[in-house]
This record gives sequence, structure tokens and C-alpha cells, in this order.
Amino acid sequence: MSRRVVITGLGVISAIGDNVRENFSSLKAKRTGIEHINILQTIHKGILPAGEVKHSDEELLQLAGVSENTGYTRLALLGMIAAREAFISSGAKKGERKRTGLVTATTVGGMGGTEKYYLDYIEPGKTGDFVKYINSYDCGDSAEKIADSLGIKDFITSINTACSSSANALMLGARLIKHGRLDRVVAGGVDALTKFTINGFNSLMILDKENCKPFDKNRTGLNLGEGAGYVVLESLEDAQKEGKTIYCELTGYANTCDAYHQTASSPEGAGAYLSMSKALVMSGLKVEDIDYINVHGTATQINDLSEGNAMTKLFGGNVPKFSSTKAYTGHTLGASGGIEAVFSALSIQNNIIFPNLNFKEKMDEFNLVPVTELEENVRVRNVLSNSFGFGGNNSSLIFSAL
Amino acid sequence: MSTAITAYCLIRNHKVIVNGETLLEKEKELKFSEFIKSAYDLNASANLKFFKMDDLCKLAYIASEFLLKNKKLSEQYGQENVSLLFANTSSSLDTDISYYNTIKDFPSPSLFVYTLPNIMMGEISIRNKFKGENAFFIFERFDPDFLRNYAMQLIKEKKAKAVIIGWVDLLKENYEAFLCLAEETGNGTELTTENLEKLYNVTNFKL
Amino acid sequence: MDELIAKLKTQIIEQLNLEGVAPDDISADDPLFGEGLGLDSIDALELIVLLEKNYGIRIENPADGKKIFATIRSIAEYITANKKA
Repeated sequence: MSRRVVITGLGVISAIGDNVRENFSSLKAKRTGIEHINILQTIHKGILPAGEVKHSDEELLQLAGVSENTGYTRLALLGMIAAREAFISSGAKKGERKRTGLVTATTVGGMGGTEKYYLDYIEPGKTGDFVKYINSYDCGDSAEKIADSLGIKDFITSINTACSSSANALMLGARLIKHGRLDRVVAGGVDALTKFTINGFNSLMILDKENCKPFDKNRTGLNLGEGAGYVVLESLEDAQKEGKTIYCELTGYANTCDAYHQTASSPEGAGAYLSMSKALVMSGLKVEDIDYINVHGTATQINDLSEGNAMTKLFGGNVPKFSSTKAYTGHTLGASGGIEAVFSALSIQNNIIFPNLNFKEKMDEFNLVPVTELEENVRVRNVLSNSFGFGGNNSSLIFSAL
Repeated sequence: MSTAITAYCLIRNHKVIVNGETLLEKEKELKFSEFIKSAYDLNASANLKFFKMDDLCKLAYIASEFLLKNKKLSEQYGQENVSLLFANTSSSLDTDISYYNTIKDFPSPSLFVYTLPNIMMGEISIRNKFKGENAFFIFERFDPDFLRNYAMQLIKEKKAKAVIIGWVDLLKENYEAFLCLAEETGNGTELTTENLEKLYNVTNFKL
Repeated sequence: MDELIAKLKTQIIEQLNLEGVAPDDISADDPLFGEGLGLDSIDALELIVLLEKNYGIRIENPADGKKIFATIRSIAEYITANKKA
């Protein structure tokens, strides 16, 4: 009999706040964090808007409680800040005998440090302060730094499946608990803005020069963002025994492959349809039980069409209320599944549905209009959260009130 | 009947070994690009998209073509019931470097799309119409225990009837690919951590 | 125009990694996308890069690419009409 998995802790840092309380406050106030780039030194400053976390690297060092910078990239710091918030909020105590793991996710790893110092690294004989960042390049480095900061030793891994990475981290975390391998998992992801990603997405011509408009007929692309989102997963049994605050249960999840193109999703959304329907089957819920969908909704031509078609196919004429929160935070790539899991948990805990900012006109291809005003005091028992990544990697998670 | 490894493919040191048989062996001095092209030519099934892939995807793709020759997994099990479970240590670093060198003048979109390690699973899925779960992990070294347990779990939970387990790593001229096919029931060798480790290390292991 | 078309064929083969395709294999008037060379959306983006890199012409809206990149000849005509002196 496999255990039921619940969320006992939340942590997030993004363009709209340094912690859960600030993020929640911004979501309610319709306050976006997307604006002109201030911190990253890029040629696209002043041209492409993005959702930067509003702190310099030095400020993040302080927020993370790091006294000596022995090679902490912006990414590692963002991850540490959010993972720690989640861990502490779950009531974790020093010296507890719980088998605890970290399943983290990222797409750029330490790229932010590497691109800054690449030319220094390759100059023969050159040394300097930059040397300490050499080992920070790979994804595993930030995983280890986050685990170290929380004293997690039993299991550490990193997942990289593009934009579905942290949703997949939650899936793995849940599985590890269900099957009794671990008692507690800090699961989620982190990504920092880098020249690497801005230039890459720009070369694909899918960035909006204005604030993005998810699911709008006149959408022209996404805005990039950065941040970290983590949840603490435990078994329902343990959480109840210890009298923990339970935000919600992770009742369903699925990952499928679109098998269509390296980066574009299929127009009919085959992979998306499969991941949503399989997650639903696993949860035992019916389509009419879903109260809110936090869509992937990047505002690219392709994603919103594909996802909208999949939703229409699955829900027929009764697509539940839905919104994309990417118009607040930007598309945080590897962190998006984790950040949006936190937002989904807040939605259930507070019976609230966050609006889809910047929406004006519905798309021609179907009859889908997102929620555009904050809805409070609405019954939110089951939330479906989508995260779709390059490589056709599609993940859907279902969170439910207990 | 227990879950069995029914096929495997090892590509290392310019050798392609499939189910214990060496199908191709090239001089060590050859560059990876020349070696992998000769492996492509050997396999006969033309696919012009191969030439657009980065080296990491070419390696994974070729290994999968050898592994799956004469198999029709999508038809046999259904597209949604074939899963991919891959891992490596260098992620997409090789292509990250190539792409990075284009940033200063003209960032290349065709290189950028390969700056994620899971794209190799995407390529294999597109080619074979696999729509089941795709999971990609970054580990310091090949971890047969983790991969074996994860694959067994997928099959036990009925999320998959067949799982392709892969360790595909490439950085400049250093590469290795180890793919094996685990099926719910089949003739082969039992899917255990020891057997996975043996296949990975010993090149003439017959299933 | 013929010289430009010949040059374009070589450049496109190189930029798009079209293995085994010789310039003579490409006709100036055959469709580039869909049938024939079977180019896809990423190839279209690389063609946009090619135009900027080799001819200094910037295409702002990727949707314009469909018409401009229909055939080698249409690309050559676009370049001739827009190339900076």
C-alpha cells in the first residue's frame, strides 16, 4: 500500500518577491515583476523585458546567509534561499532522524558564473578571484550547495529536462516517499537569468519586447524570468502524526513525450493532452473536479495554441478556470514547475485564483478566456499545473485539498 | 517471468557492440564526427535530420538505432507505454561551448536548441514515436542501482511496458554510450543492478 | 542574379548542415520547405541569421520568413532589393 504524499513546506524567490509572503502579496495585487533588465549585463538591456529577482549577487549572498563567497553563483544562492524557506516552514528540526533527500532541477546550472569568467578561465596562466567559480559550472554543484546548507545527506540528485525540470523533481520526490525510500524530500528547482539563455531564446525569435500576453490572440512571445521554488514533501501519515501544517496533497502526476519536434510542441498538443489525462487518471478525479489550471502559458504562438487545444480536447466545453502566472514572474525555465507548485498550493490553501495578466482578446482557434481578475473566496479543491519543456517533455501535476 | 534486459548497445573507443557482438570498430585516431558518420552509414536507415543534430544527440540516436533495429516497440506496446530513462555527467556542455562561441556575433538557434541534455530523448522519441515518460538525470558517474530501481518502478506502476535505459555522455572527443532495453517480460537477462553493471563494464556479455 | 543564386546555394548548404546535398541538386525555383529539402522552423531561423551575417539584412518578424524563404530565387530577389549599399 503506497503512502499518500503531502506538502508541508513552501519556499520561493522570484521577480515578485523574496519569499512566499511577498510573492503571494504581489499575486493578489496584480503586481508584475517583469520590467527592463537591471542586473544582468547584456546587450539586450533596455530592449527585452525580463523577470529578474530584484537583488544583486552581493545582496543574495547576504540573504542566503553566506559569510564567505567560495564560489556561490547567483543560481546556487537563489536555490539556497528558497529551499531553506521551504525546509524551515515545514518545521524541520536539527538532529531529526528522518531520511531526507533533495531533488532539485535546473537548466543553466552555473552558466551565469562561467559566461562571466570564461575568457579568464581560458587565458593560460591567468589567476584571480574568478578561479573559485570553476567547479560551480555543473548542475550538481548547486544541488550540493543547497543540500549542504540544509544538512541533507541521504539522497541528492539534479534533473534537467528543460522547462519541465522542477515538475519532474516533484514527481520523483513523491515516488521516493510513496515507496518508502525517504521520509522527506525537498523538491523543486532554480534558474538564473544568463546571457546564454537570453541570446538563445532571442535567436529562436520567441521573446516579446513588451510584457507577455499569455493566451491572447496578439501574443508575440515570452519574457524570461529567474528564481527558485521548492516544496517539502512528506507522507500524510507522518505529517498528521507530527501535527504539521499541510498545504495540500500531491494526488496525481504524469510525464509524457510529445515526440514531435526538438523545441516546438505539436499543434494538437498530443503530449500535453496525454500528460494531463494521465495525471487525472492517477488522481482518481474526474475532469469536472478540477477547479483551476495553472497553465504552462508561456505566451509563445506555439505553446498556447498547443496547450489550448489539449485542454479543449480533455475538458470539452467545460474547461475549468485557468491562468498563466508567467506574466508576473516571467518564464523561469527550470524553476517554473517548482514556483508554480508553490502558487498552486497557495491557491488551494487560500481558496484563491490568480489572474492571467495582460489578456485582452481571446485566441481564434478555440473559446478559451483565462481568469483576468483576482478571484477570492472561490472553492479551490483541485489544481492542475502544467510544465512543458523542450524535447517534448510534458509534465502535469495535480494538487488537492485534504 | 521477470523484467528482463532484452537488448543492449555499447559505443566506446570507436567500437559499436550490440548484444555482445562487435558490429563496428574504427581506428582510434579518427575524430568522433568521422566515427559516428561511419556508424550512421552502417545502419542503412537514412535520416537527413541526423546531420542537424549535435554530437551528443548523434551518439544517443545512433546507439538507439542499433539497439532498436528489428524492434517495433510502439506498435507492440503502444506509444505511451515506452519510456526513456537517461542520465549523464556532462549534461550538454559540449554543445553549450559551441553555442557560447556564437553569442558574440550571431547566436545560433540550431545550436541553442541542443543546449539541453534531454533533447537526445526527444530525438529518439520523435524517431520512434515514443510518448511515454522521459526522465533525465545528472550524476557524477553511471549509477546502475538508481536507474534499475527507477525503471522497475515505472514497470511495476504500469507506467511503462518497456524502458530504454541510457547513459550517454560526450565532451569533445571523450564519449561513451550505453543503452539497454528493459521489457516487462521477455527473453534476456534479469534486470538487476549487477547485470546492468556487468553489461556496462564487460564488452562481450551475452544476454 | 545567377551569381547570387549560386553563392546562396553553397552558403545555405553550409549553414544548414545539408549533408550530401550539392549545389546542383537544388533548383532555384523548387520550394525549400515542406517537400524537397524538407527544411523546418529551426532552419528558417538559421536562414534569418545567414541573411544578417552575410548580407547585413535583419528580419524582425519571423512570420515574414515564409514568403522570403519560399525558394532560393525569392531569397536572392529579397537580398537584391534590400541589401545595404
